[in-house]
Amino acid sequence: MSHAAVAHHTSTGLDNRKVAFWTFIGSECLLFGSLIATYLVYQGRSVSGPTTREILNIPLTSVSTFDLLMSSLAMVLALAAVQRGDRVWARVWLATTAALGAVFLGFQVYEFQHFVHEGLGFTTNLFGSTFFTLTGFHGAHVFVGVLWLTTLLIRSFQGKLGPEKSVNVEIAGLYWHFVDVVWIVIFTVVYLIQTTPLPAA
Amino acid sequence: MTEHSDVQHASGAHASTRTYLVIAAVLTVITIVEVGVFYIPALHGILPPTLLILSAAKFALVVSFYMHLKYDHNLFRAVFIAPLAIAVAVIVGLLFLFRVF
Amino acid sequence: MATTAMRHTPAVPQAPTGLWSWVTTTDHKRIGVLYGVTAFFFFLVGGLEALVIRLQLGAPGNTLVSAEFYNQLFTMHGTTMVFLAIMPLSAAFFNFIIPLQIGARDVAFPRLNAFSYWIFLLGGLFMNASFFVGPLFGAGSLSVAPNGGWFGYANLTSAQYSPGPNIDFWVLGLQILGIASLAAGFNFITTIINLRAPGMKLMRMPVFTWMSFVTQFLIITAFPVITIGLVFLMLDRVFGTTFYNVAAGGDVLLWQHLFWLFGHPEVYILILPAMGIVSEVLPTFSRKPLFGYAVVVYSGVLIGVVGWGVWAHHMFSTGLGPIADSVFSASTMLIAVPTGVKIFNWIGTMWGGRLEFRSPMLFAVGFISLFIIGGLSGVMHSSPPADLQQTDTYFVVAHFHYVLFGGAVFGLFAGMYYWWPKVFGHLLREGLGKLHFWLMFVGMNLTFFPMHFSGLLGMPRRIYTYGAELGLDTYNLISTVGAVLTGVALLVFIANVLASRRGAAAGANPWNAATLEWATDSPPPVYNFSVIPTIKDGLPLWRTGGMEPSPLPAVPPEPIHVPGGSIWPLCTAAGIIIVGIGALLHHSLWPSVAVALSGALVTVVSIFKWAFEPFEV
Repeated sequence: MSHAAVAHHTSTGLDNRKVAFWTFIGSECLLFGSLIATYLVYQGRSVSGPTTREILNIPLTSVSTFDLLMSSLAMVLALAAVQRGDRVWARVWLATTAALGAVFLGFQVYEFQHFVHEGLGFTTNLFGSTFFTLTGFHGAHVFVGVLWLTTLLIRSFQGKLGPEKSVNVEIAGLYWHFVDVVWIVIFTVVYLIQTTPLPAA
Repeated sequence: MTEHSDVQHASGAHASTRTYLVIAAVLTVITIVEVGVFYIPALHGILPPTLLILSAAKFALVVSFYMHLKYDHNLFRAVFIAPLAIAVAVIVGLLFLFRVF
Repeated sequence: MATTAMRHTPAVPQAPTGLWSWVTTTDHKRIGVLYGVTAFFFFLVGGLEALVIRLQLGAPGNTLVSAEFYNQLFTMHGTTMVFLAIMPLSAAFFNFIIPLQIGARDVAFPRLNAFSYWIFLLGGLFMNASFFVGPLFGAGSLSVAPNGGWFGYANLTSAQYSPGPNIDFWVLGLQILGIASLAAGFNFITTIINLRAPGMKLMRMPVFTWMSFVTQFLIITAFPVITIGLVFLMLDRVFGTTFYNVAAGGDVLLWQHLFWLFGHPEVYILILPAMGIVSEVLPTFSRKPLFGYAVVVYSGVLIGVVGWGVWAHHMFSTGLGPIADSVFSASTMLIAVPTGVKIFNWIGTMWGGRLEFRSPMLFAVGFISLFIIGGLSGVMHSSPPADLQQTDTYFVVAHFHYVLFGGAVFGLFAGMYYWWPKVFGHLLREGLGKLHFWLMFVGMNLTFFPMHFSGLLGMPRRIYTYGAELGLDTYNLISTVGAVLTGVALLVFIANVLASRRGAAAGANPWNAATLEWATDSPPPVYNFSVIPTIKDGLPLWRTGGMEPSPLPAVPPEPIHVPGGSIWPLCTAAGIIIVGIGALLHHSLWPSVAVALSGALVTVVSIFKWAFEPFEV
């Protein structure tokens, strides 16, 4: 497996873009951390309207969670293929990752419109506001990721995604896995650990 | 002593395809266990801590292996762990301040 | 065709000229100058707002401005000074000085750097446009400037209680400005980690670079929190979500927590760079190395870390409960320790030194004395029972102006006088500099010292007037006189800038300073250093053998590639502003969507153009 070196000296020997991107991921921890904190703080405080127990669909979300986990597998396989210069499998795995991401988004769209149909809208209650904002932010990140992967796929078809470009794919991978990791937290905290009762006033 | 060097690719050690597949299988199994805990009423007393530990394990596996952090330079670990620690502290702090505990 | 043998000297890169070269610049030195000029302009705007505030408060029952306009004035004064003046002035120094101090040719991502500047400029203009566009929104007045305080407490800022576009300008403006800061944060962290000259170990870096490094980490962790708080506010206002809606079970304190989780690290973002500047100026004008370099660095890091644990000391009057009050009181008292350590180290630097009280030194020593006063009132706030008397009074206004004006602004002026010759090639005039300092020092104290008293006598914050029977007249009058004097001091500075333009060339190192930026010409050539030196000491220009080659060659012996410019950072920034304008129009659905989508299109296309244009650092 060969990785072409970028021709720039750095004090640490590490690629600038990787350093910057890990820093960005650090800041995203605070972004999603604030969203998750708000969701948790407001749990069980909705005054009216549907709440978690009535509306969350665990079997469906388990499938979409599995889908996103498998997309991470596809992503590492895509990176490995790019690094060894395997054009065919690079395209297969990049396309698979993007497709699985799109499927996840499909599940989200279905879930959102189903909830609205069941009476849980964005503005219905605290659960609606916090749930849709948190999962909406996550979904928006997935959407950007799918666009990014599609761009890489197109570059690959243009013959411009050889091993010397593997850092670009690696960084897209870091983004994608992070988005997956955020979903791991959301799935647990929102879907599986549902309403925590408020302490008596 | 010079710290100056050409940019290298990610440091020497590397997970293999087989490792990635094993990780994927482990992630799947943990997810199944998590969902299982959710559906077994007898386990609901320990549901929150169990699920938090299981999901932390998934988190760690994806970050360490798929994001390559286990094999990468310490710097990346530092630049990620510090903000992550702050985020966790903020979540816990706010939970206390809003009397969720 | 020449018949004599031609010596091959590589063409020495020159800085490009002309307006277009500035519009497309990716050179950190030019971006630094752009930041500095723009930030100083906004500093004057914020200062003008302060002056009108002080004129209104100069006498009881005054009618210079209406209550509504007064609310806009203090909101915009605070917002402008924090986000459009102090932070960007610090950024001007980050940009110009950091690459020079670490021996780099530029920052890690030059186009991202340019983007940060353009988004700042456009965001600042966006927010200030609110003063003039009232009629476009059907308002009864010319101005619809933000009016909810720089801290925008919920639910005053809700659509119900703030139905006009004022708060929309505030929310959207801050989100836009946040993008600038975050992008710069990623850029400078990477630059400091990765672009240091050979031998420039982290513990050999100048303290200014170190403090800026800590500041960038604070920025990238704190700004996402306020981003989310602002998102919630915008969603509540535009769509009717329930984040800060008490009737729906929401809690207005959520806003305060999210705001201050950002807000407290923000004040360290405001002060650490100035502390870094002071840590450079004092050794130079004491002819002595900084006392306890390592301790000063570690204290700065500790301040950054502990600064994350004190935010609720802004909320002692909100009923947090005794446990929370105690925890935050303790952490707030704790953070005074590393701060105090730094002050002792600064004093230790001056002790036994051969002191030269040139203008930069005056401002640096002024910083120390004024920051101590501000720090003392700060520690007084750290006790919740005492704070219940002080909070929301002018005592707090006194505190934060001593640390932010006496501290950050004086520190930034120290930096301006210190690095002016490096940036522009000539010194600022010393006589005018001293006059500026003394007028500003006296003016600042006259303005803010009486507020300790008027505050403890009960004068509340954010009131547009007060009754004559309260006995606050004299204090307020003195403050107003001080404010006018401060304004005069600023005019002296501007006069200094203009008068010194044709001054003598300063040379590479007019102050005989120790750090690397003084090794190259004033102003530096476009490529910074003719040869990147190898560093052997933290004070490379003071210690023989601290730097190799010892004097840098006059011209670069090897060809140096200097990246060209790019228009895409500006275009991306423009696209984002257009999205912001679209969001402002949210009361009219289709125009809003159309404008926002066009902005998004411009942004996305610009990003793709940026990503795929040939550009080599």
